[in-house]
Amino acid sequence: MTVFIVTSGTFFLVRLLPGNPVDTYIQTQIAQTGISYEAAAAQAKNLFSLDPNAPLISQYGTYMLNMLHGDFGNSALSPGTTVASVIRTYLPWTLFSVGVATVLAFVIGIAAGMLMAYRRETWVDHLLTSIGAFLHAIPNYILAILIVVFLGVKLQWFNLTEARGSYTPGVHPSFSLAFLNDIFYHAMLPILAYTLTTVGSWALVMKSSTVETLGEDYVTVARARGLSDSRIRNGYVGRNAVLPLFSQLAVSLGFVVGGSIFVEKIFGYQGIGFSLFNAVNGRDYAVLQGIFLVVTVSVVVANLLADILYSRLDPRIRVQGKG
Amino acid sequence: MTEATIPVTSIGTTGVSRFAGILRSLRRSPAGFIGFIIVALLVLISAIGPFFTPEIAPNVKEILLPAGSPGHLLGTDNEGKDVLVQMISGGRTVIFVGFVAAAISTALAIVLGSLAAYLGGWVDSVVVTLADVFLTVPQIVLLAVLGAFFKLDSPLLLALLVGGLSWPVLTRAVRAQVFSLKEREFVEAARLLDLGTPRVVFVEILPNMASFILMNFMIGVTNAIYQLVGLYLLGLAPLTGSNWGIMLNRAWIAGAIFNDDSLAWILSPIVAIILLLLGLVMMTRSLEEILNPRLRDR
Repeated sequence: MTVFIVTSGTFFLVRLLPGNPVDTYIQTQIAQTGISYEAAAAQAKNLFSLDPNAPLISQYGTYMLNMLHGDFGNSALSPGTTVASVIRTYLPWTLFSVGVATVLAFVIGIAAGMLMAYRRETWVDHLLTSIGAFLHAIPNYILAILIVVFLGVKLQWFNLTEARGSYTPGVHPSFSLAFLNDIFYHAMLPILAYTLTTVGSWALVMKSSTVETLGEDYVTVARARGLSDSRIRNGYVGRNAVLPLFSQLAVSLGFVVGGSIFVEKIFGYQGIGFSLFNAVNGRDYAVLQGIFLVVTVSVVVANLLADILYSRLDPRIRVQGKG
Repeated sequence: MTEATIPVTSIGTTGVSRFAGILRSLRRSPAGFIGFIIVALLVLISAIGPFFTPEIAPNVKEILLPAGSPGHLLGTDNEGKDVLVQMISGGRTVIFVGFVAAAISTALAIVLGSLAAYLGGWVDSVVVTLADVFLTVPQIVLLAVLGAFFKLDSPLLLALLVGGLSWPVLTRAVRAQVFSLKEREFVEAARLLDLGTPRVVFVEILPNMASFILMNFMIGVTNAIYQLVGLYLLGLAPLTGSNWGIMLNRAWIAGAIFNDDSLAWILSPIVAIILLLLGLVMMTRSLEEILNPRLRDR
């Protein structure tokens, strides 16, 4: 449903944008190459997967049909490149870096959050809470710039020029150890930036969730039964405190994917955010349309997955038969 | 999706006395108070500071002076403009857009969320569907696209766009709250008295959520500033005038990070933005603790 509305929305958005891209494209083609209106319109039809002369309704129909087949048309900037291939080249790198960072931040955040809750009102809690609040407040792009300035330029820990791109040019993608190493080298800084910006909020949410769980009756009962501390911590408190966090996982994923436009631009990491920036700057409407749709669909899918995961983990929801 | 449940505290007192109570509690929580001071100071400096600083003018004789140079405490940028003066005047747009955008999205969320919950039926389904769609589309991406294509040279337009896109989260929360509030006796009584929908919703129900809304308003300000500065940094919002985001963009593009002398140029807007956001987050967090007693020490 959401995908349908967004797909339609993109169609009308492109038609509404100032200087309608379809007409602009036809105008410039006529002016530059001197071809007839029909020829230019045919090119535009190929490019945007819509025929500017057809009635709006049938244009809309063709557009939706093409989308269903995964046909997003061709890039306006680099002729001959399909939008689908642009997305295929760039999207995996974003999914990779964002995915690794999300898992890292989630795991570290949960560990830190539990530690904070168990050491409540000690210096460990105060220190970690301050760090968490600090990291939570800083935008990812600011953190990315600070990483570049201090770790890259000042301390020279990372070679910024070499680390640009998603892998070293000339190296062929393969499942070898060397290539994996190369990938991680290039993704390291974006992963660091994403992890640092999200780990704070995970830790803070986990802290309050753990504190809440610690007050539950079943924890008191478990204590009264004389169960070992580690068993209570892992089996009772930890499990139940983590549950509510899973429902937020998908939301955070969508947020990070959106934020990739900043981080990837700053590090020169060639993922979907990077190509989106180029498409916006170059007014490459077809690519823009495609990326927009794919990002939205991936958020929808992530939401769905998180819902399924959540209901599998939380028996209460399973019994109520949600979803 | 699970709805966030935030306990509604102390039904019955008036909005004014509750607001005073919030201020009192804010003073009791040191972090919240420090946050409040930071934000207030930055707002004050941005509001009246520019009246006391010299005009920002390019000066070819004083390009890229390091911090601590005579007459230029934070040095100058690549056009010879004083960094400190730009810092003082650079907060205006950022803070203005942040607050106006948050006000717009909060207002939208209150109206849509409470009407959806109170009226139910098709109004509810339309609002919920709309919110779901907007929630799915990454706002930053949509903002980047729209910001780049429309020439949003007025801060007010920019605030409208940012605010117009960021209402869904709060709308869902308000809707959930009103759902639980509308079953209470005093709302029932008001409805039986036939006071009319606007009166029941806005006079009887909403004041009970004042502090909750205030907290979300501050979260809204934080988000709007995050998005706004990001747009400026990438150069996707018009780079006319001068504010912290534009400073950051120009320093980044000029390669200020590689030049020791111009580090103050790129770091000053960063420090300003971090301070502003940190202050807002600290305020919001201590407010959250006040609102949610379960988070307090037990």
